[in-house]
Amino acid sequence: MANKIYDEKYPVSYPMHGAGGKTGDWRLLTPRIDREKCSKCMLCWVYCPDAVIDRETLEIDYEYCKGCGICARECPRKAIVMIREEE
Amino acid sequence: MATSIKDLPRDEVVMKGHGACAGCPSTLALRIAGKAFGPNAVCVMTPSCTVASLGLIPKAAYDYPILNVCFATAGSSASGIVYAYESLYKKGKLTGEMPTVFTWIGDGGTYDIGLQAISAAAERNDNYIFICYNNEAYSNTGVQRSGATPKFAATTTTPQGKMEDKKNMPLLMLDHQIPYLATASLAYPTDFYDKLVKAKNTRGFKYIEVFAPCCTGWKFPSSDMIRISRMAVTSGAWLLYEAENGKIKFNGPTAKIMEGKVELSPLEDYFSCQGRFASINRAANKEEIIAEAKNKILADIEFMKKRAAF
Repeated sequence: MANKIYDEKYPVSYPMHGAGGKTGDWRLLTPRIDREKCSKCMLCWVYCPDAVIDRETLEIDYEYCKGCGICARECPRKAIVMIREEE
Repeated sequence: MATSIKDLPRDEVVMKGHGACAGCPSTLALRIAGKAFGPNAVCVMTPSCTVASLGLIPKAAYDYPILNVCFATAGSSASGIVYAYESLYKKGKLTGEMPTVFTWIGDGGTYDIGLQAISAAAERNDNYIFICYNNEAYSNTGVQRSGATPKFAATTTTPQGKMEDKKNMPLLMLDHQIPYLATASLAYPTDFYDKLVKAKNTRGFKYIEVFAPCCTGWKFPSSDMIRISRMAVTSGAWLLYEAENGKIKFNGPTAKIMEGKVELSPLEDYFSCQGRFASINRAANKEEIIAEAKNKILADIEFMKKRAAF
């Protein structure tokens, strides 16, 4: 479903990643997961409004993560920290 | 039995890279709704943040057939879709399981503009789920006051704080005697999920309202969205309950509050972390204002207790 190309004939919209562009550019603070502290409770996955955290590996897709910080705030073990990204 | 987080389905309805603000509650709520309904669903949306930020062209950020209708017609449009489906299934032109029809409307389209169409659909008992995500203002157009804005909250049209109390829309819908009604909070996603699944498996008109703290409109850091959802429930500003055929049952922390097992958390904390209540924090009669808001909450809780026992 997510790989249909743009229809030239009709104004039809298809579900695709990146409808709002590469939203990772919006980010001011970047979440980093400390794997040693992580207990895989998956709270970060369920609370992510952008669905950028992978369910299996809990890998964050930095291309689209907007850096809202909910995962870091809600992590019960404080395994996610928000850091300022260097250019 | 309540679902645990690890049992939530994998289906993702909301695509990565949508245009909503960082920390948007409506997209999170739609994600959970997508998990509950599965791929076989049809959605109706009216102008709202979700449509404006997710329903883009040429790429859409949601994986559902979605009809974007005009503001006042959410209730009647969904009724039309349900009637068309029921008729096609009756004639045998469609087979298999009928898609779940649901609406995804903000508080403006529910409390104010769309109220008449919802009321009519509830009275006809049309077989769909009406979901309202309540961010307590017209956030999409720049945070104007709505019928859901609580007293003392500042919006762009009430810069000194709203003077009137909000409507009690869930109670209004309860008195339509619909088969299922629920209120939910994003801080308790599995509770929200269970309520959506229950609504999906109930026949008739279902109303679910989810509390959605909007970081842009309410002026708090985006990371606090879940924390404020939780504080709204623990302070009693938002009550979690469901009603099957009019019989009210309280859920989660609200059940404990109603039983008197847990004290309400201080309302000051809930007010002080939101910029929309900044005028209270600066006011000379801060204690009086908070006491008034607290009394309103206590009165609401007393009323709901009696209403549940009724």
